[in-house]
Amino acid sequence: MNLYGVRAIYLSEMARTRRTLLQSIVSPVLSTSLYFVVFGTAIGSRIEEIDGVNYGAFIVPGLIMLMLLTQSVSNASFGIFFPKFSGTIYELLSAPVSSFEIVLGYVGAAATKSVMLGLLILATAGFFVPLRIDHPLLMLLFLILTALTFSLLGFIIGIWAENFEKLQLVPLLVITPLTFLGGTFYAIDMLPPLWQTLTLFNPVVYLVSGFRWSFYGVGDVSLAASLVMILIFLGVCLAVVRWIFKSGYKLRP
Amino acid sequence: MEPAIRVNQLSKSYASGFKALQDIDLTIESGEIFALLGPNGAGKTTLISIICGLVNPTQGQVQVAGHDIVTEYRAARSKIGLVPQELTNEAFETVWATVSFSRGLFGCPPDPDHIERVLRSLTLWDKRNNKLITLSGGMKRRVLIAKALAHEPQILFLDEPTAGVDVELRREMWQVVRQLRETGVTVILTTHYIEEAEEMADRIGVIHRGEIVLVEDKHRLMRQLGRKQLSLHLPSPLQRIPPSLNGHQLELTEDGHELIYTYDVADASADECGGIATLLGELRDAGIHFTDLNTRQSSLEDIFVSLVRERQ
Repeated sequence: MNLYGVRAIYLSEMARTRRTLLQSIVSPVLSTSLYFVVFGTAIGSRIEEIDGVNYGAFIVPGLIMLMLLTQSVSNASFGIFFPKFSGTIYELLSAPVSSFEIVLGYVGAAATKSVMLGLLILATAGFFVPLRIDHPLLMLLFLILTALTFSLLGFIIGIWAENFEKLQLVPLLVITPLTFLGGTFYAIDMLPPLWQTLTLFNPVVYLVSGFRWSFYGVGDVSLAASLVMILIFLGVCLAVVRWIFKSGYKLRP
Repeated sequence: MEPAIRVNQLSKSYASGFKALQDIDLTIESGEIFALLGPNGAGKTTLISIICGLVNPTQGQVQVAGHDIVTEYRAARSKIGLVPQELTNEAFETVWATVSFSRGLFGCPPDPDHIERVLRSLTLWDKRNNKLITLSGGMKRRVLIAKALAHEPQILFLDEPTAGVDVELRREMWQVVRQLRETGVTVILTTHYIEEAEEMADRIGVIHRGEIVLVEDKHRLMRQLGRKQLSLHLPSPLQRIPPSLNGHQLELTEDGHELIYTYDVADASADECGGIATLLGELRDAGIHFTDLNTRQSSLEDIFVSLVRERQ
């Protein structure tokens, strides 16, 4: 295994984060904190508890998940799209690195950044809302698995995208709406019956629910269903990435 | 000794149906400078891209230092350094960071001493902390060479290495390439500048419409295909070439002031009438005097153009 190669890709991606600290770290932490201020302290104080959890605290897992999904996709897609766009991809493709090592470097770095952001936002939330984490290890597992899965999705999008518009298409038109409709701000049983059923087709519901369960021991679906769903999604992304490298799709003509 | 590159029956067809390469057979020996010449779209970059792993071949095999590029891709690619045609780089990285990145990517442990040697040899040491975006085009080209040399490759591919660089920098690059050859590195370059191939290459390969037209030692190629011309400047214009000189390949310029004699470099006496010495004697006998003379040997460019024309 070319560990030096993996290390080079990983450190190079992390160095890019350091060069763009405001955009990569400060901006998402700040924008998510605004939700805590508005929904947690201003509006949240006028909304009754959900499943015995203060509303401000109830939305924290969902908001972290919202940020985690969008940032994972964004970081990983940009990480592989930019070398394609600038032409430096030639070096990656001509290097003695396997597809697994390339994915490990890029997706590993993107997932690391997302997990760091998630923890930062979690810490920030503690200043605004009364937080508790009943199952911290499970919370970390969800955080890492989700960051990894959606970084893989981002990697796929980065390879698929031929321009910046396509790069933004999935995060803006698919992931953000699904997250907002995935129980970030409400419990599923607050919806009319038909919408409750339809919502179960939204995979983000399972992620938010599982993550919230690790905080407060309550969720919209069972913990097992959440874990199975994320593992299925992870498996699908891995299979697609494997196919991309095997076929050379949009990488090696 | 294993050849640096061995290409066997290599073909490449793109999804559009375009055949970029057809049954290429090519062997490049270790330690030589090999120039691959060809017009635009001939298949030079496709051939290099396949050898380096950027493009998948449709059929055929390629070995790099005895390693198959598909089944032993790690061993094969670790031997190769590639300098692409385009000036591609991470604009906001420093010179040091980007060259160090390349070394790591190719599986080598960090070696600041080696990076320093490479940067110094390419006069980039003073710019090591500069961001790439601040460098001139020539400097960026050097950075690409430094990146390709970061992992101490045995084989260096230079795809149009001096495209768009000024004459001074071009000559400096040639010097760098010669130094690399002295250290045992095999250099394969594609170029539009025939002068570049003529200046540096040991052997020349000509590719046209996806096929290798010829591979030959540069000097032998120039001897075999090169032509020489002797121009005689006449003090007074000549109306026509006297019939007694018809056996020589002579041409008279329009103004009648210059007589041009064309002959083969390989065999200057091939002229059935006995070559230059005989010609000069017959000119004297015919009462034709000249005030000056000069000779011109056909360049590699002339040879290349005639080869491609023959194919067309």
